[in-house]
Amino acid sequence: MSTELDAIPSIIPTRRDDAIGALEKMVSKGLGWARKYSLFQYPFVTACCGMEYMTLASARYDLDRFGAALPRFSPRQADLLMVVGTVNCKQAPILRRVWESISEPKWVMAFGVCASSGGFYDNYATVQGIDRIIPVDVYVPGCPPRPEQVLDGIMMLQAKIQGQHHQLTQGKPLPVLGQAPRQR
Amino acid sequence: MAKVVIDALVERFRDAVQGDGVTGAYTGAGGDDAAFVRRERLVEVCQFLRDDPGLQFNMAPYITAVDYLGQEPRFEVVYNLLSTTRGWRIRLRVKVAEQDAVLPSVCAIWRGANWFERYCFDMYGITFTGHPDHRRLYMYDEFVGHPLRKDYPLRGRQPLVTELEVPEEQFRGPGPARRSE
Repeated sequence: MSTELDAIPSIIPTRRDDAIGALEKMVSKGLGWARKYSLFQYPFVTACCGMEYMTLASARYDLDRFGAALPRFSPRQADLLMVVGTVNCKQAPILRRVWESISEPKWVMAFGVCASSGGFYDNYATVQGIDRIIPVDVYVPGCPPRPEQVLDGIMMLQAKIQGQHHQLTQGKPLPVLGQAPRQR
Repeated sequence: MAKVVIDALVERFRDAVQGDGVTGAYTGAGGDDAAFVRRERLVEVCQFLRDDPGLQFNMAPYITAVDYLGQEPRFEVVYNLLSTTRGWRIRLRVKVAEQDAVLPSVCAIWRGANWFERYCFDMYGITFTGHPDHRRLYMYDEFVGHPLRKDYPLRGRQPLVTELEVPEEQFRGPGPARRSE
């Protein structure tokens, strides 16, 4: 059933798109703001980079200033997967499964050079960078990285989260106000 | 230092201790004395070294293998032994052929030898008969071959999950990129 607005071509839909776009922008901005300051990390710590991670999380470098204070040791409660250290072929299915267990939205940080590219472990046992298994948002190089580098990576990730766009309609036709959804 | 041990060993197991010259024993670069031991007499020699009241080699701190590719016999298993009461260290070396890479297990003598023998099996493919838990130690069960053998490809990865394909030119240094069958 059509309304009288549908009779006017190409103007009203544009305005409607504009309205939707403005609303999406507002929602995206708010969601991004909320999400970037409440990163719950899952530390997948496998190697010596874990020491740097502990320094980072404790008082001197204090990840809490960036809202990423609480490490969750269940992937169900986390939204930032920090892969800290070398991942070998035997561990790759575990990492993959942990990543699949994290609910959306989720982000991944490769902490240190081993997680980023395999590092100097170019041998029979080591995965040459976790981006061969799971998608990665931020790479932090260093062996191990300084805590400042990781803080820089966190800030880059926050910028990325702030800039992410959230579609409200996801391509489906909008319901017209005051009407039941159209039957097919 | 532990020359006494080697002398006692040679005297008692003259036929078991094989190798260069009459003694079959030598002093290594690190100062530790070593002896080549025949495979058939290994358990007997180890039992003697542990139980003899004058020796008391009650600990096997490290057992490993060496791959001499191109030589015959190809492998050599090295037993590093320590006497905590005397402070002595000696080394036993057993040569193993590639076709018949089987050794008797010494787990019954030193319980700590369990994981070392599993390591030797995992990395070099040497079988130990009588081992209570004969499995791989580091690699996964799906892994084919033994990675520390010199004829194993340098980058012979066998991933368990599907990995992203990477162009060959991204590999640095010598060695094949993938494991060739």
